Amino acid sequence: MTETTTDAPNAARAQSSGALSHRRREFRRAVQSMVASRWALLGMLILVVVTLVAIFGPWLSPFDPNRQNLIMRLLPPGSPGPGDQTYWLGSDQLGRDVLSRLLYGARVSLLVGFAAIAVGGTLGVIAGLVSGYFGGWVDDVFMRLGDIQLAFPFILLAIMFLVVLGPGLVNMILVLGIGQWVTYARIVRAQTLALREKEYVEAARATGDRTPSILFRTILPNIMAPLTVIASFNVASVILAEAALSFLGLGVPPDVPTWGSMLSESRDHLLSNKWWMAVFPGLAIVFTVLAFNIIGDWLRDFLDPRLKENH
Amino acid sequence: MWTFLARRLMQSVVVVIGVTLISFISLQIGGDPTYLFVSESASTEEIELVRARLGFDRPLHVQYLSYVWNVLHGDFGVSLSYGQPAMQIVMEAMPATIELTIVSLVFAIGLSIPLGIYAALRRGKPADGGIMTLAMLGQSIPNFWMGIMMIMFFGLYWRWFPISGHVPFLEPLFDGDFATAFSNLPQSLYYMIMPAIAIGTYTLARNARLVRSSMLEVLQQDYVRTARSKGISERRVIVNHALRNAWLPVVTMIGLEFGFVLGGVVVVETVFSYPGIGRLAFNAINQRDIPVVQASVILIAMIFIFLNLIVDLIYARLDPRVKY
Repeated sequence: MTETTTDAPNAARAQSSGALSHRRREFRRAVQSMVASRWALLGMLILVVVTLVAIFGPWLSPFDPNRQNLIMRLLPPGSPGPGDQTYWLGSDQLGRDVLSRLLYGARVSLLVGFAAIAVGGTLGVIAGLVSGYFGGWVDDVFMRLGDIQLAFPFILLAIMFLVVLGPGLVNMILVLGIGQWVTYARIVRAQTLALREKEYVEAARATGDRTPSILFRTILPNIMAPLTVIASFNVASVILAEAALSFLGLGVPPDVPTWGSMLSESRDHLLSNKWWMAVFPGLAIVFTVLAFNIIGDWLRDFLDPRLKENH
Repeated sequence: MWTFLARRLMQSVVVVIGVTLISFISLQIGGDPTYLFVSESASTEEIELVRARLGFDRPLHVQYLSYVWNVLHGDFGVSLSYGQPAMQIVMEAMPATIELTIVSLVFAIGLSIPLGIYAALRRGKPADGGIMTLAMLGQSIPNFWMGIMMIMFFGLYWRWFPISGHVPFLEPLFDGDFATAFSNLPQSLYYMIMPAIAIGTYTLARNARLVRSSMLEVLQQDYVRTARSKGISERRVIVNHALRNAWLPVVTMIGLEFGFVLGGVVVVETVFSYPGIGRLAFNAINQRDIPVVQASVILIAMIFIFLNLIVDLIYARLDPRVKY
């Protein structure tokens, strides 16, 4: 009896340290794989830089991104500004510093990208788990809803709702997020269908686990790999969509600088060759989206090496 | 075949009903939709009048049914900025958008297939690496920025291509004026080159990767190995055995790409001041001209549904494994 009581904590400790060392091994394997694939390393590097810029933007910005200075308007990169300051990436049509607006713009792009995926992912995972686990009419309803949504070119759906709801960060996140749920729901449903008959799910049912616990604690952790891959590509496409909507004037309010709205403003100054207004925000979008795409590619190969054959 | 056709048509009808439902909800979601159909300076009497005229004082289900009825009759109301029926304005812009969509798709699909096949056949070689790197980059460039860059370099700096405008081809063609249509064709294409490349690059990049994967998968199949072991020339193995099987996923993807390209058209038309539905919708968005926005969006969605139906039917005809 005494033996059992002392052994139980030991066993639990051993199990948790086993899980920890497994996680460490996996992490080491991931780092090694990333270093081996130079592209993935480059992608991660870009992502770290963009994230740091998004977090520390206000401290890094040489100017207030909304401060107008009409005397200093449309200056090319490297022009001296007031005092000993420099417009490193030039100034725009209202004399605002392009670099400062670019640094602040990273916040909106990343925030919208991640938040929309969180909204769409959560909705999609719930719908997919419920559809796949219960089947029947619930499944039919969710899947037909998905079909209907996919019948709309996504950007049009977003335009239609944002025109009525009005521009704004929360509206943008909700619309872009809701636009993504189908992707997750379909994958989760397919995986759940395959897993629901597995022994360990049967075992969870037999031991009296409640349905939410089976769905979220038994099935969900086992389907995280494909979800992570999809999420990475998805962040890239959401950032592109956000830029396009901001470009159309449907993004966040004008006092919040975004890369898409900077590009929209640059259009009026193309003929007068104010190239810096268009080149820098565009490059920022390209590098950020590229980073997510590269990471998505690497994650897919890393999490499912069988797929590597054809990529 | 007829059963399949009937079932697929029924599905399309359900989707069309869903589209009308979503667009109806989008109108209602911001509160009383009357305010979307009156100018900002409208008086209370005017607002009341419009509310009664458009029937927004009726119960929701009655409003929806009458909305569907109007949509089916192409009645989206009168444009707030043009004073003409919204549908008429959108229909006038339609041929230009169809032209641009087709040219973009031909550019994207026409190039993605040979590039994807070439990359698969040169797997692991520098050509493969180069094509796939470009494809990755192509998937990361926003189409509207690509348009802006092309205007800057090829339009303004080198002056190779016009930076805006359009020469109609389909419009005279629909009017039966074939001579004008075909004499316009070279100029029409010339004006569309830059916007079509801007719209099509993402699709080109994505599909080049897909074609490569599909081709690599087929090249590993037993029947390809058998064909090779029989001593058939590599060219015949690729054309007769690999390609015939690798292009089925390509047909499916063309259907899906229509939607994506149509979405791209909306944004890129604005960049090139191209007189299609996209630019019309953009101006309507800025002027909050809801009837025109709704008519544009629903019409594009309907075209997309119709094209998807056609692609599905072609697919079913091509692939004997699809059951009718």
